[in-house]
Amino acid sequence: MSAWISSHLLTFLVFAPLFWGLIVIAFPERLAPLARLLALLGSTGVFFIALIHLLRASPEYGALFDERIPWFTIVGLPVDYHLAADGLNLWLVLLTTFLTPLTLLGTWNSITKRAGAAAALFLLLEAGMLGALLAQDLLLFYLFWEAMLLPMYFLIGVWGGEDRKYAANKFILYTLAGSLLWLVALLYVASKAGSFAPPLMAQAVQTLPDKVQKTLFLAFALAFAVKIPLFPLHTWLPDAHTEAPTAGSVILAGVLLKLGTYGFIRFAIPMFPSAFIHYAQALAILSVIAIIYGALVAMVQWDIKKLVAYSSVSHMGFVMLGISSMTVIGTQGAMLQMLNHGISTGALFLLVGMLYDRAHTRMIADFGGVASKMPIFTTFFLIVTLSSIGLPLTNGFVGEFLILNGTYIAGFAWGRMIAIVATLGIVLGAVYLLWMVKRVFWGPVNTDEDSGTAHLHEDLNAREIAVLVPIVVMIFWMGLHPQTFLASSQAPVEQLLKEAKAPAPRMKVMQVQGVKP
Amino acid sequence: MSNILALIPLLPLLGFVFIGLFGKRLGRLTVSIVAVGLVALSFILSAVAFAHLDGGRIAVEYAEWMSVGELKVPFGLVFDPLSGLMALVITGIGALIHLYSVGYMAHEEGYARYFAYLNLFVFFMLTLVLGSSLPLLFVGWEGVGLCSYLLIGFYFETEVAAAAGLKAFLANRVGDLGMIIGMMVLFAFFHTLTVSDILLQVGKPSPEAGFGILTFATLMLFVGAIGKSAQIPLYIWLPDAMAGPTPVSALIHAATMVTAGIFMVCRLAPLFQLTPITLTVIAWVGGATALFAATIGLLQRDIKKVLAYSTVSQLGYMFLGLGASGFAAGFFHLFTHAWFKALLFLGAGSVIMAMHHEQDLFKMGGLKSKLPVTFWTMAIATLCIIGFPGTSGFASKDEILYLAFLKSPVLWAMGVAGACCTAFYMARLFTLTFFGEPRDGHAFEHAKESPRTMILPLVVLAAGAVLAVFLGWPTAFGGSFRIEQLLEPALKFGQSKALEAVHHEGNPILLATISTLLALGSAAFGYTTYRGGLAVAATRAARFPGLHRLVLAKYYVDEALEATLYSFIRWLGNLMWKLIDVILIDGVGVNGPGVMTSIAGDFTALFQTGRVRNYTFGMALGVLALLYIFLT
Repeated sequence: MSAWISSHLLTFLVFAPLFWGLIVIAFPERLAPLARLLALLGSTGVFFIALIHLLRASPEYGALFDERIPWFTIVGLPVDYHLAADGLNLWLVLLTTFLTPLTLLGTWNSITKRAGAAAALFLLLEAGMLGALLAQDLLLFYLFWEAMLLPMYFLIGVWGGEDRKYAANKFILYTLAGSLLWLVALLYVASKAGSFAPPLMAQAVQTLPDKVQKTLFLAFALAFAVKIPLFPLHTWLPDAHTEAPTAGSVILAGVLLKLGTYGFIRFAIPMFPSAFIHYAQALAILSVIAIIYGALVAMVQWDIKKLVAYSSVSHMGFVMLGISSMTVIGTQGAMLQMLNHGISTGALFLLVGMLYDRAHTRMIADFGGVASKMPIFTTFFLIVTLSSIGLPLTNGFVGEFLILNGTYIAGFAWGRMIAIVATLGIVLGAVYLLWMVKRVFWGPVNTDEDSGTAHLHEDLNAREIAVLVPIVVMIFWMGLHPQTFLASSQAPVEQLLKEAKAPAPRMKVMQVQGVKP
Repeated sequence: MSNILALIPLLPLLGFVFIGLFGKRLGRLTVSIVAVGLVALSFILSAVAFAHLDGGRIAVEYAEWMSVGELKVPFGLVFDPLSGLMALVITGIGALIHLYSVGYMAHEEGYARYFAYLNLFVFFMLTLVLGSSLPLLFVGWEGVGLCSYLLIGFYFETEVAAAAGLKAFLANRVGDLGMIIGMMVLFAFFHTLTVSDILLQVGKPSPEAGFGILTFATLMLFVGAIGKSAQIPLYIWLPDAMAGPTPVSALIHAATMVTAGIFMVCRLAPLFQLTPITLTVIAWVGGATALFAATIGLLQRDIKKVLAYSTVSQLGYMFLGLGASGFAAGFFHLFTHAWFKALLFLGAGSVIMAMHHEQDLFKMGGLKSKLPVTFWTMAIATLCIIGFPGTSGFASKDEILYLAFLKSPVLWAMGVAGACCTAFYMARLFTLTFFGEPRDGHAFEHAKESPRTMILPLVVLAAGAVLAVFLGWPTAFGGSFRIEQLLEPALKFGQSKALEAVHHEGNPILLATISTLLALGSAAFGYTTYRGGLAVAATRAARFPGLHRLVLAKYYVDEALEATLYSFIRWLGNLMWKLIDVILIDGVGVNGPGVMTSIAGDFTALFQTGRVRNYTFGMALGVLALLYIFLT
């Protein structure tokens, strides 16, 4: 068994949660606690297997694990079952396997009806996300990309809040609408290339006219931008987050959104280098708008969860900004910021969930003086808040600092201006989070009988502390020694940007003609 | 030596971790011994390192922090006369204030939490001064801001403390934005953020190449200093910060953290020297703040608020010195001010304790006999700050005023006017506290001198305030201004050019005589006004009711900001949320197609009447239309 896992690790990582989830989902309602326990154990096992195998390999160059077999042929185009782990997805895979068990444990008592089915859906979701992260064949990526929508749709639609139907429909229609054009574009490129393998598709793209390249790129970018989500395509996110159960929000913010930015790095840049360079500045401007806009809107929210949701828009704007910079520093910053956001925002959603489980409200005005009632909870919340606003020595700082420096030296005309405006996001980040902290945690205890504070009787229990401690350890590890996480992506990112910036053969001819004698 | 160097900041960090994790289970005595002991040990190590320094510098790199492409930031420390002197001030005065806190906080809840934060502060402050690169300086920079936030909000269950903490953090963050932009610009220009590497490049010929961009960079760095060191317009957080415990005000908001901006400019002195426009801006902002804040201090009733505005004003003097290219002079004032202002705050704390947490000057009076040690030590500090001839405050302020005069006589006049205000409000504070009749008989009866752990720091600080003068007696009065030679290796690091000869223009002795006489006159005026109580002042104030109200309300700056900037930002957030998100994107863009579809559906449903008659009619119409199209 273990030999098989070693040689088929990636297949195991994708299909173990899938089969385990299908087993768990078959459990009857009365065995829900057992189902939940099995789901937790299963996902914990997957995490440790991923950790042991992926970290043992030397991550500097090329793919660590590669599994490729021909799968089927569709309209004459061969589709490969091709999974690979390399420096670009290594830590995102580990983040996914890390967050899934923590989320299950952290929301142990949050879901009361049909808890077993919900836990099973998380395993299916994990399988979908890992598949999308590992897929190297574009059609395979597309299939996993759409497959992971379904568990999330049900999690929001069945276990969500009052407006869950609207939020779930908005979530799925938004995303499907975004990926429709993308599907058309990818089928078009595949038909030209005769394959769904990105390297071959990239070559085929090079032969297409400039305008066609740009149009195809925009179709790809639209799908990824909806997922990130990039302004102005972000309005599904606040609703989805607010209505989703805590665990759904954690995974949504922690991993799902990253698939958008990851899609840019993995597929959009290598396949459409010149189109990406052409639109880089426009994407950077949209990212900066997202940073400032998300922060300003987060500031005026009444609901803590919605505030954190809008903060995601702002933080993911930083990630996209780093990618748009087309510099090693900026892109590496973006790689790190994806992990940072997964840890910090995921943790914020967990913490808000813990507060909601006790108080049954998330309205800022319903609280006040929580620090007097729950000192341990307050300590954890403050640490995570500080990491989210990018205090140095926590994870948030290094990512933002690299992204800003990378943007400042980006090639395009407004790079410096964009970087300077983006720093405003750092001030606003402190404004919306610490203002909320002040109203919720500090000040006199809210003595209103109906207030949220009045319902807080117990501080965190051992289970909740056990969930938060690993997160805090990661926050400081990533802040103090970011090289652990940056080292593996350094070479792939350098390679990616070098190839993207190298003039294509056809362009070279034009340049030679332009050279003065 | 390199291991000793690392221990200087790490010992207080160890204290934080230890007390933070186990503080509640340890007794108060253990917490006190660990907290005070580790900072004192750090002081001893700093002193040892300083003794070994002998005009050189020790630079050590321990490990890699981040390294991406050209952006390489190691965990490295640099111990040179500048950072060494700062480290001595931080750990020395820090240890005394820790000791004082043992007595001051003895009956407070959250004793362990307090000392954990205080130790963490010392760690971050040492990182700030010893860090070898700008990002590491920034670690300390934001770290001390965090500790300031936590300690201002120490009494978090009160609304005032919570609001003051938030205000301090956010005002500082606005400044930090300047720091980040400054670092981005410097990195793009020098391809490094290590301070010594930047300064070595600054020393190279033809640095004029990047004059414009470097001016922008230094201006942005100065924005950071404006935030941290409470200059106009970001000074607004410091007076509110007095909501924290008094020893915190002494350590963080007087002696060390708020001087970080001055330190940063000194650290990068050769770079700032290259950008005269920035220096001029620094001088004018500093001069304006020195005068402006001093005028607000004239009428404050809260003893700590007077001292807070005084700190803002004194920080202004330091920047005035820096802006006049007197880096050593500015730093010397930082040094002397650290002693006498810490002493003033701790003395005020002693008074507040004796008066059972009464901070209103109008309810004090006659405490001289009750608090003899506090009285005498505070008397020394007061003489220093008003610039009584021969004191350390006289030496450092006089040097700054002289340099300001060389820059512009107007700056000198502003400085002298500020010095007169300083002398007046200090005489007022001192007189209202210690002389005259007690205005609150009950509190006066129960007032008694503070415990020994609080008295000892007062005495040591008083001695330091007196002795500090020997480090920089001005050359104009026959001294050697030793601090300038001491700091030269740091302030001129990487510069090949020899020290420029000091131009002795003007008449330093005449200038000093004028400013000192005016200040002493103001002090005498303050004393006579308040000697007999509040009546004389009230009648004098009544003669200028409008002006009195304006200054008393601190020029309505907070109210103006609330009415304009703060409410504008909130309005903007609401506008974006409710107009763009809800109405434009969701209403028109997202739900729009859905609504259109359902309207279209409803409309077409009108034709689905279910009556065969209507359908036949429709079909007939259709056939007729088709016939018409095809046949014509």
